Amino acid sequence: MLYYEFMQRSLIMGIMIGLIAPTIGYFLVLRRQAVIGDTLSHVALSGAAFGMLTNIYPVYTGIIFSIIAALGIEGLRKKYENYAELSLAIILSTGVGLASILISLGNTQGVLSYLFGSLALISNQDLILVIGIGIIIFTTIILFYRDLFYITFDEEGAHLAGISSKFLNHYFSILVALTVAISMRIVGVLLISSLMVLPVATSLLIANSFKSGLIYSNSFGIISVILGLILSFYFDLAPGGTIVLTALAILLLVIITGSIKNKIQKAN
Amino acid sequence: MKEKVVIVENLSFSYGKNKVLDDINLYIEEGDFVGIIGPNGSAKSTLIRLILGLLKPDRGTIKLFNRPIDEFKDFHKIGYIPQYARDFNPMFPATVEEVIGANIQSMKKSFKRMGKEEKDKIDQVLKIVEIEDLKKQKIGNLSGGQKQRVFIARALVNNPRILFMDEPLVGVDLESQNRFYKLMDRLNKEHNITLVMISHDIGVIYDKVNRIICMSKGKAYGHDLNKCQPIDIVREIYGENMNLLFHDH
Repeated sequence: MLYYEFMQRSLIMGIMIGLIAPTIGYFLVLRRQAVIGDTLSHVALSGAAFGMLTNIYPVYTGIIFSIIAALGIEGLRKKYENYAELSLAIILSTGVGLASILISLGNTQGVLSYLFGSLALISNQDLILVIGIGIIIFTTIILFYRDLFYITFDEEGAHLAGISSKFLNHYFSILVALTVAISMRIVGVLLISSLMVLPVATSLLIANSFKSGLIYSNSFGIISVILGLILSFYFDLAPGGTIVLTALAILLLVIITGSIKNKIQKAN
Repeated sequence: MKEKVVIVENLSFSYGKNKVLDDINLYIEEGDFVGIIGPNGSAKSTLIRLILGLLKPDRGTIKLFNRPIDEFKDFHKIGYIPQYARDFNPMFPATVEEVIGANIQSMKKSFKRMGKEEKDKIDQVLKIVEIEDLKKQKIGNLSGGQKQRVFIARALVNNPRILFMDEPLVGVDLESQNRFYKLMDRLNKEHNITLVMISHDIGVIYDKVNRIICMSKGKAYGHDLNKCQPIDIVREIYGENMNLLFHDH
């Protein structure tokens, strides 16, 4: 499998995405904002369609569209303080509406590869972009780990501890937008949020600390991507689907193992 | 003369068109143990959140340690135990050590792993709140009272000079209440921490605090307990027809 150059690129890119998506997803899930990934991915799709129409590299337009949307969500959240999910619904509707119009305007045949992900189409340009943005995301997480932890655990407490929650929330929104946009090449927009959420859901069942939860999320993310890519290659299936279903299989395995363990403990 | 650590002047605040605080003036002195009492909806929590800068007033000024709240930066001097401390998200995967550690580290600008000094500090505050054995436990696995102690320890880790607590004793049994007040007494007298606590139970709090702030119908009245009787306070808040029923548990 690794004989093929496109598979080498896919694997490197997949491992990066397998690390980045669950890392960002971990903070989102714990802040009860898991649906943001879904919302932004629909906007990223409209960005990709716009890129195809205007002959601009679609990942770039996807990034720009999703960053604008992420900042829009933050802004709208304040307007609907007690109905925060409304801001997501508004942006998601905008994304879907825009995407359907842009796709119907023509010259967007490649849009399917952004919907479900594609191995063969990953270019060196994609790879460099993912590695570059991946480094930015990881450096940020390392530098702001404590502040991000504090804001995730207790936003009000973080504010009283002198952490600028406004700055960090906006910056983190941009990171989420970047993650969604760069992931759509390999996982596809319809399944990005699953890769952000499923490894985290699995890790929450077994994590005994914040740090261990993050490490488990990353590990499950990478395993899902590698196994998913292998399945996609040998059975000629869309990589987004195989990656996400592998992540789901790991989740089910952990749930079943946990139940069996509980039953044995009760029996003893 | 004692330093005034909180000064509130001509403070007004509304939720939409509903004015909940109207021209409030009060102060809290260093070393005070202040109880804030009043019926539901009398804006007790709102007052604390305004003092902490979590809400912006419509009018008036608030000073913490002689600095206007907008310019206040010495966040390590204040601790806040919110109402939600007791029912904190049980699925959240953080240990007691991580929760307390985040508060020490957030005081530092640069990225640094937790060292011996920080770990000793955590052990020290866990000992003060008597939950040393829970350090490695996930916060979600703890009881409501234990979670509350974790939040108190989190505040104590920065040696605060004033601690604000929003109804810390709701749903707490009598024995735990006694333990809580013993802890408060030590923090107030041995560690010289000024305490501000919202409570509904005037009968109990009257014996523990040295000042009471009564809130009713948008107004706040401060009382030095050397100079007034609890029945005066109850009538001030709930009306002239009210009486106290003294009883034993």
